[in-house]
Amino acid sequence: MLTVLGAYSWVNIKFLLEGAWVTILVSVCSIVLSYIFGVILGVTRYVQIKYLSAIVGFVIDIIRNLPLILIIFFTYFGLPHLGFKPDPIWASVIAMAVFEAAMVAEIVRAGIVSIPTGQMEGARANGLSYWQALWYIVLPQAIRNMIPAIVSQFISLVKDTSLATIIVLPDLMNHAQIIYGQNTNYTIPMFLALAVMYFIVCYSLSLFSKYLEKRIGGGNKKGKADEVVQDASDA
Amino acid sequence: MISIFQNYGGELLTGLGQTLLCSIIALIFALIIGSAFAIMETMPNKFARVVARVYIEVFRNIPLLVITMFFYVVIPMYIVKISGFASGTVGLTLYSSAFIAETVRSGIQSVDPGQMEGARSTGLSYWQSMRYIILPQAFRYVIPPLGNQFINLVKNSSVLAFVAGFDLMYQANVIASDSLQSMSTYMCVGVLYLILTLPLSYYMRHLEKKLA
Repeated sequence: MLTVLGAYSWVNIKFLLEGAWVTILVSVCSIVLSYIFGVILGVTRYVQIKYLSAIVGFVIDIIRNLPLILIIFFTYFGLPHLGFKPDPIWASVIAMAVFEAAMVAEIVRAGIVSIPTGQMEGARANGLSYWQALWYIVLPQAIRNMIPAIVSQFISLVKDTSLATIIVLPDLMNHAQIIYGQNTNYTIPMFLALAVMYFIVCYSLSLFSKYLEKRIGGGNKKGKADEVVQDASDA
Repeated sequence: MISIFQNYGGELLTGLGQTLLCSIIALIFALIIGSAFAIMETMPNKFARVVARVYIEVFRNIPLLVITMFFYVVIPMYIVKISGFASGTVGLTLYSSAFIAETVRSGIQSVDPGQMEGARSTGLSYWQSMRYIILPQAFRYVIPPLGNQFINLVKNSSVLAFVAGFDLMYQANVIASDSLQSMSTYMCVGVLYLILTLPLSYYMRHLEKKLA
């Protein structure tokens, strides 16, 4: 019993927390990047610019349908061919941002489609230009509808950072593996710690999503469109 | 790229087969387990609801890799020796079942409560009305999201590469280190994954449009 408790010595906890810090750092960077690019790509796909929208849509579909591990490999082994050799942290941030941007783009597109066309028509009739109507009228409503889907996508993102251990990203998963690799007695305590730490981060994110939903999405009953958007994001 | 297909066709096909096998096994069991927990979550019994909620939240909020590694590392150490493929499939099943449970639950709850009341008042028991009235309507409604879950499941099966599951991703790493052509190998594997997921994804979008 005492040997097992040794797993939670201060040195190990500190090592785990260092890993957790890398996990959070990579997650936050890729959340910010993927949100920005996701909204841009989603709008691009929606507005039907000749050729551009079709190409963007095709690329989004390709990326969405590939496993994340493959995209991590592409960035880690592919970028050096283009003359940029990323370290594991950069490679994972880029890979996660590319993958999640495609996911967010799809959610954004579905969110815009779910807004009744009357909103756009009304805005245009009031004299707003197409882009003004999109920016001031349609997008704010769409984003309000999309909050649950986007947050659950970001929860997946946090969980998926663990996959980057395959390119030796020094994250929570990797550090736990190092600890139980040195002392097999620590295996179960380490898995318990992993589960608890990931659970705390992800569950608090999902509570935050419920809070946001209540706070901003007030008048919006869970309708058919929301459910579809929600399910498109669960990964 | 073509040389990779010529030289390592056998390995790639084996990998594809293992990926498909794992995905189908995991899909069947995840559907059964997920539906069971979804029904539990909509039951009037409070205890059942709490159990289902805890199960779903736990497996939804822990990374797939942690669950899979648990079955790969801990179970053989203390309980029973299982192969990488088995541990990967079990992990994938449990992880996906939580998401499928959420999807099916939203389907069940989207069925008008009047349907249940009507069924009960015509003399059907709770389980009969669930089986004959509620579930058929719920499942028709959740087919597109379930399809998306299946696509995710196929993609997530690449986690088998971590546990020597001999799936497509594992073979990719083997071939990449053997042929020293990592980029073209991963491109080949990407094409194979797309062959599995892309048609399904377009079909589901078509279905979504048709039902909406």
